[in-house]
Amino acid sequence: MSSLQSLDIAKRSATTTPPPQARRGVEVAKLIDVSSCIGCKACQVACMQWNELRDDVGDNAGTYDNPRDLTPQSWTVMRYSEVEVVEDKLEWLIRKDGCMHCEDPGCLKSCPAPGAIVKYTNGIVDFISEHCVGCGNCVTGCPFDVPRISKTDNKAYKCSLCSDRVGVSLEPACVKACPTGAIRFGAKEDMLDYGAERVADLKERGYQQAGVYDPSGVGGTHVVYVLQHADKPELYHGLPKDPKISPLVSLWKGAAKPLAVAAMIGAVVAGFFHYMKVGPVESKDEDKADA
Amino acid sequence: MASKLLQRYSDGERMNHWVIALLFIAAGLSGLAFFHPSLFFLSNLFGGGVWARILHPFMGVAMVLAFVGMFVRLWRENLLTDADREWVKHSGDMLRGNKAAMPPVGKYNAGQKGVFWLMAVSLLALLLTGIMFWQPWFADSFPILARRFAVVIHAASAVALILGVIMHVYAAIWVKGTVRAMTRGTVTEAWARQNHPLWHKEMTRGK
Repeated sequence: MSSLQSLDIAKRSATTTPPPQARRGVEVAKLIDVSSCIGCKACQVACMQWNELRDDVGDNAGTYDNPRDLTPQSWTVMRYSEVEVVEDKLEWLIRKDGCMHCEDPGCLKSCPAPGAIVKYTNGIVDFISEHCVGCGNCVTGCPFDVPRISKTDNKAYKCSLCSDRVGVSLEPACVKACPTGAIRFGAKEDMLDYGAERVADLKERGYQQAGVYDPSGVGGTHVVYVLQHADKPELYHGLPKDPKISPLVSLWKGAAKPLAVAAMIGAVVAGFFHYMKVGPVESKDEDKADA
Repeated sequence: MASKLLQRYSDGERMNHWVIALLFIAAGLSGLAFFHPSLFFLSNLFGGGVWARILHPFMGVAMVLAFVGMFVRLWRENLLTDADREWVKHSGDMLRGNKAAMPPVGKYNAGQKGVFWLMAVSLLALLLTGIMFWQPWFADSFPILARRFAVVIHAASAVALILGVIMHVYAAIWVKGTVRAMTRGTVTEAWARQNHPLWHKEMTRGK
């Protein structure tokens, strides 16, 4: 979609010059209210249907998680966690896992292929497969362990937040399919307002630690959760408490690389000037030797 | 007095050296394509980004294998000695072109030995870390945190290797009469007497 929406690109992988900035859209977000989710997997099915994906039939691992993990063919997966936050009070926490569409995407930062990962002005992070070289750096860059490299074509895949649907003012397929309204889509501002209402409700119902998960370590996300236990996001199948781009990725992709390029060019230039200043080392009787 | 020629490298050593050199250029240029966006155009030399990604590790492994051949031939002569420490102390004189102030050296001076070990260590690091994120073969076997370290160490080792090669090539250009050691295998006696007097003595002993 990148070629059709080039005016709407806010960030582009492996690109050092600014993107077009004339047009500014509204930032969107998908809100996933874990407390309203019944775990029906309609979102998973809708995702498969709209994106025309068919994963292999998996095996049972003793939970409802099916498939067991995100794959190049499964861009969203329901994660079922059985926890006892209060003793003898079993809770079934069901989280729809997938790309969080970070405001500061680690995948985009670590990608070496120009334009293989873009972030649109509305906040959606998209993989542009025609530019993907299959190096797997996005996998190491992501703080949420989301991208998956296909074994068939060596391209990286993940949830696109239905950027094709959103581009023509439709809501993402998972939102469309959700029967309980646990998944909503709209302007991020509106989603956060709605989330705050849900949090207030949950607090009234006794979930004192309820809150919205919109982690600031990655600049906020364009997929936000309403969690009953926002103080312990790890309960939800290991949702990271304070995700941020690894310093290994940000340092190297930040100052270190231009400095290293400068060092390499500098070494050649230094050699050139050294030669011009000091001159070559010649053997004393070379004239005779060569004669 | 026509100075005689001394055999510095055998044909096998020279061909081994040039195999490494060509593979260094190939692996280096394809690697640099992914190093910084400004260098991505280099991937076109290999048929585009995907082909550069596919070919780079194979060329890198081939380079390491070729270097192992070189390492086996030359490592003993590159062991550091006390005399090398003295040479390092005078390296400022060397750079100013004051050859006379340098202590006499054997087949290799401390700078050459340093470059040899820099190449050996950085190639080992490149091999080990490169395997850790080699798509699609081995990357999945390593945890993501390990791969994050591997990518950074791989890139840093590559920079160290490239800087080493720049020094290596420059020294060969700077010290006249050196390049023929690798193109023809021989050097002049005058060159040996001036730059590697102890080696010269060794080579001409009993003659």
